[in-house]
Amino acid sequence: MAKKPVLTAAEAAKMIPEGATILCGGFLACGQARTIVKELVKLGTKNLTLVCNDMARQTGPMGEEFFGVAELIHNHQVKRIIATHVGMTPEVGQQKNEGTLEVNLIPQGSLGECVRAGGAGLGGVLTPVGVDTLIEESPLCLGKQRIEGKDYLLMKPIRGDFALLGTYKCDEYGNCWYKGTMRNFNVVMATAADVVIAECEYLVPVGEIEPENVHTYGMCVDYIVEGERK
Amino acid sequence: MDKSEIKAFIAKRCAKELKDGDVVNLGIGLPTLIPSYLPEGVELIIHAELGIVSAGAIPQPGDANFDPYHVIDAGGGPASVAYGGGFIDSATNFCLIRGGHVDACFLGALEVDAQGNLANWLIPGKRMPGMGGAMDLCVGAKNTIVCMEHTAKGNPKIFEKCRLPLTASHCVNKIITEMCVFEVDDEGLLMTEINPEFTIDDVKAATAAHFRVAVNLKSMLH
Repeated sequence: MAKKPVLTAAEAAKMIPEGATILCGGFLACGQARTIVKELVKLGTKNLTLVCNDMARQTGPMGEEFFGVAELIHNHQVKRIIATHVGMTPEVGQQKNEGTLEVNLIPQGSLGECVRAGGAGLGGVLTPVGVDTLIEESPLCLGKQRIEGKDYLLMKPIRGDFALLGTYKCDEYGNCWYKGTMRNFNVVMATAADVVIAECEYLVPVGEIEPENVHTYGMCVDYIVEGERK
Repeated sequence: MDKSEIKAFIAKRCAKELKDGDVVNLGIGLPTLIPSYLPEGVELIIHAELGIVSAGAIPQPGDANFDPYHVIDAGGGPASVAYGGGFIDSATNFCLIRGGHVDACFLGALEVDAQGNLANWLIPGKRMPGMGGAMDLCVGAKNTIVCMEHTAKGNPKIFEKCRLPLTASHCVNKIITEMCVFEVDDEGLLMTEINPEFTIDDVKAATAAHFRVAVNLKSMLH
């Protein structure tokens, strides 16, 4: 197993071209590659599609201005989002009403499962969640199927050009360990993108993360970035 | 009763639904008060969407487990894991939710109806916060219990049929308000308990749906 290239956050952000689809781990920016996102904001890369549970926060836990991908929205760099909750970023609703941002809301479990399908080679997901709701009209819904008397929605798999992971520890082979609730969508997103970049707070020698405790396997990670420590 | 007394009254009644060891998901607001009213000897496994199975008390600044950058709840505030609990990734977490491993979820409603349909995520043209994990929870939890004030500024919230976009259909098992308890069955709403401060006619006036009254109607206070 080869060591994975270690980039600066700025180098990583430069790899992402205009129009790219980014799977971005994190839940209210906990477990988000916030240092890379900051660099992406500096670059001003436009027309991005973000797949992310939520659009993070306008204010961080200690009053920081912008915390995570919210800043990409405010900077008008995003043309489409696939998310489950945007209540903490009113800017999303505003840009949607202005017609500059496409918003596809899907249930949280369906987001996880669609990304998992994208990374697991599956053609879709059948879930009872969303039946009889507006999800039936989502561009991510391919229709309804009845199986043994129960209705299910067929949801499309989701993949990205890039996945940005927000990890706590990452070793030189790319094995990742998440602290607390950082794990969230990072684990499935690591499997569902062409290029996977793991931002970590601590880059550690191989072996420091015990094999039993590897949450994202190094084989899924292409590049490592040592980011901000919290 | 003032607002906070109403909330406490509803939370206290909700707590009676639970037994020791139940896996429970609590929505934001009123449902988070429920653990304060648990009968003695009842310990819950609190399931949190963000990836904590068995969430603990909310830590305060200065506590050893206060870590607002790495351990948070679905509202973004600091959270903790209970003794014996664990962290879980989102895909696996929602397998637990959809797969029927959560005994009960308690959540509020904008509207709920006599068929057990629930609307609590969207007011078209006004607010678009998103459904988060609510759709999965309503469909997947063994028991979906709506706990809310009976009316919104005097206007009914319980209808024959919901008018707002649904969170999920045929999912609500019970409605607990400051006025009464409704069970939802195949025939519609059945009032099983009433708060003695109100009459059946009071409940009728505050409810925009037909309901039946149980033969052995009980007091919510017992």
